[in-house]
Amino acid sequence: MEFLIGNMAPLMFGALVIFLLLGYPVAFALAANGLFFGFVGVELGLLQPQLFQALPERIFGIMANDTLLAIPFFTFMGLILERSGMAEDLLDTIGQLFGPIRGGLAYAVIFVGALLAATTGVVAASVISMGLISLPIMLRYGYDKRLASGVIAASGTLAQIIPPSLVLIIMADQLGRSVGDMYKGAFLPGIILTGLYAGYVLLLTIFKPHFAPALPEEARTLFRGVKQARMVTLMIPSLLLIVLAMWLVFDGEGAQGHLAKLIPAIKAASSEQDVVNARSELLILVFAAILGVYLAAIRVIDPVSGQAVLRVNLVLFPPLMLIVLVLGVIAMGVATPTEGGAMGAAGALILAVMRKRLNLKLLKQAMETTGKLSSFVVFILVGSTAFGLVFRAVNGDLWVEHLLTSLPGGQLGFLIVVNILVFVLAFFLDFFELAFIVVPLLGPVAEKLGIDLIWFGVLLGVNMQTSFMHPPFGFALFYLRSVAPSSIKTTDIYWGAIPFVCIQIIMVCLVIFFPGMVSYNDDKAGTQLEQSGEAGGAMDLEALMRQGSGDKGAAKDEGDLLKRLQGDSK
Amino acid sequence: MAPLLKLSALIDGLNERVGKAVFWLVLIMALVSAGNAVIRYAFNISSNGFLEIQWYLFAAVFLLASGYTLLKNDHVRIDVISGKFSPRGQAWIDIFGTLFFLLPMVSMVIWLSLPLVAESFRINEMSANAGGLIRWPVKVLLPVGLSLLALQGISELIKRVAFLQGLIDDPNTKHKGPSAEEELAAAIAAAKNKGAA
Repeated sequence: MEFLIGNMAPLMFGALVIFLLLGYPVAFALAANGLFFGFVGVELGLLQPQLFQALPERIFGIMANDTLLAIPFFTFMGLILERSGMAEDLLDTIGQLFGPIRGGLAYAVIFVGALLAATTGVVAASVISMGLISLPIMLRYGYDKRLASGVIAASGTLAQIIPPSLVLIIMADQLGRSVGDMYKGAFLPGIILTGLYAGYVLLLTIFKPHFAPALPEEARTLFRGVKQARMVTLMIPSLLLIVLAMWLVFDGEGAQGHLAKLIPAIKAASSEQDVVNARSELLILVFAAILGVYLAAIRVIDPVSGQAVLRVNLVLFPPLMLIVLVLGVIAMGVATPTEGGAMGAAGALILAVMRKRLNLKLLKQAMETTGKLSSFVVFILVGSTAFGLVFRAVNGDLWVEHLLTSLPGGQLGFLIVVNILVFVLAFFLDFFELAFIVVPLLGPVAEKLGIDLIWFGVLLGVNMQTSFMHPPFGFALFYLRSVAPSSIKTTDIYWGAIPFVCIQIIMVCLVIFFPGMVSYNDDKAGTQLEQSGEAGGAMDLEALMRQGSGDKGAAKDEGDLLKRLQGDSK
Repeated sequence: MAPLLKLSALIDGLNERVGKAVFWLVLIMALVSAGNAVIRYAFNISSNGFLEIQWYLFAAVFLLASGYTLLKNDHVRIDVISGKFSPRGQAWIDIFGTLFFLLPMVSMVIWLSLPLVAESFRINEMSANAGGLIRWPVKVLLPVGLSLLALQGISELIKRVAFLQGLIDDPNTKHKGPSAEEELAAAIAAAKNKGAA
């Protein structure tokens, strides 16, 4: 009995592992474990029976958690988007564009993977499209099977770390930080990781050129007869305009400041968010108009190359629009991440309708998958809440804290152990389970050790990405297997993933040793809505309202501002 | 056993219908939320009621669909070990889990939540936000949703026992039709063929 009372927390944790491994749905095993030990605790006189009263209140809290709403929105968006044909167009066109260089198809897969990752937050879609469209071409023209399958699986998982990713939303929620900050923090690591993938392909093309040959002339169907150099030259101005527009969306103040130095007609940036946004919108419209005129002009002057440049621009338009719609509105402080997800879902629907890909069956299927996913995800959260309630009551948090703070090496020791733990667990658990079971245990300890939780969340996010790539259970591998031709052996897919898992480990180390890459505070143009809201699970409602009432006061100013702006442009 | 199986079929039918109906709320809540953001930006109008309806709808989706999700066997499991068991072994796990994990947890939460729901109804509890919504309709979703889940648990229990007695096929491996991923693959293949022709 004494032993029981003294070791409730470790016993509870050990029992949890057994309960979970039984293979009964995680949500209920978690909850049952919590309740069982709660009863034992009450019987032993360790806990008060009133403890259980808190459970329904906690569940009401989960129901009212605005952040979790982003889960169905991004899932729904991803499901509609994957059927809209956008990924197919991108892969076809970008593959043809990069194809003539060595390793080009692999670069195209990485680039498109990153682009799709920046539009949506879920993994499945891009892996399947790439497996069906790029993999056969890569194999036909002599790509190494392992490289081809590995690059596709890994690029598909970029959706996990590049905002707007579901992992980051849940991580922010569980660590009690704002989603907007988490997004900002993950931005640079996401880009660096994409760069590492491309760097690996580059190294391979140098040392093993036959692994990733250039497409031969007869395979260049889309841009036949187009002179590569000429097309690239013509492309540069259009890409420049796109980059400028994107810069204005994501850092209006900074972009306007730099533009003002170059073009005297543009006055220096204001520090008021509303002014900045209104000016950015105006400038983006101007740039879009210039782009349109430019594309029309080069088509007249050089029909062949002009047509090719136009085609690339057209195919880039939908994903860029979606990025603005989802991430742009969050960055400009116009909408919360949840609303950004809803805007993305609406945008994906519009895109699918425009391409005539939307039908009732698809819509129903997407709604059903989203509904089921929402249900099982939130129930895992309910289960882990029940577990956590009792675990904390028996001082389990102190036990974990003691265990992890007594590690040698302080912060670094903690980080290394935690990352190895998560890496190993990722073989068996998917990221929902990791995020809801493991992260709440680790977060408070990390905070006590003085670790920045945004940085910690991004770090774990990069690590958890491997849960999709680990042979043999990784979902990305599983999806790829389901669409890969039988000439690719399952072992090829497993071996192909390993270099990318290694890159992932390198990336984890980079984030640990260069924490500066996770930056989120220096950007003032951030999400005002969120920063004014309480961090964490609480609803943003009050914050929104404060914002709303503030807006009413500012409405007059904005009207004046528009007039002033119009005056400026005249 | 036959009347029990009839009951199980009845429950399955109920959750099937509830699930299929509730999924439309996914679309509605996405449109409401996107609409909220657009209207706030364009007209500077914001309503707490419309912000709250978002999470009311979400709560309805995940609570009312929980039974359906169990019916479709889509609550995630860690099947690293149990995946290697025979269908009979897995049926035993499900019977054990339903009896000792699912049903106790669900009945306890229902039991604990009922007084809170009743109190909310009695005092006509309103949202603390100006223009917010009345609270009991969303609170009542918790016991209702969990009841659907408990019913489905009973139905699954009946099916597992019947399977162990050799009365029905393995309920875990019932034919589900093509998955969303398979349909996506088919759609892309069709589009490619059209392009080639």
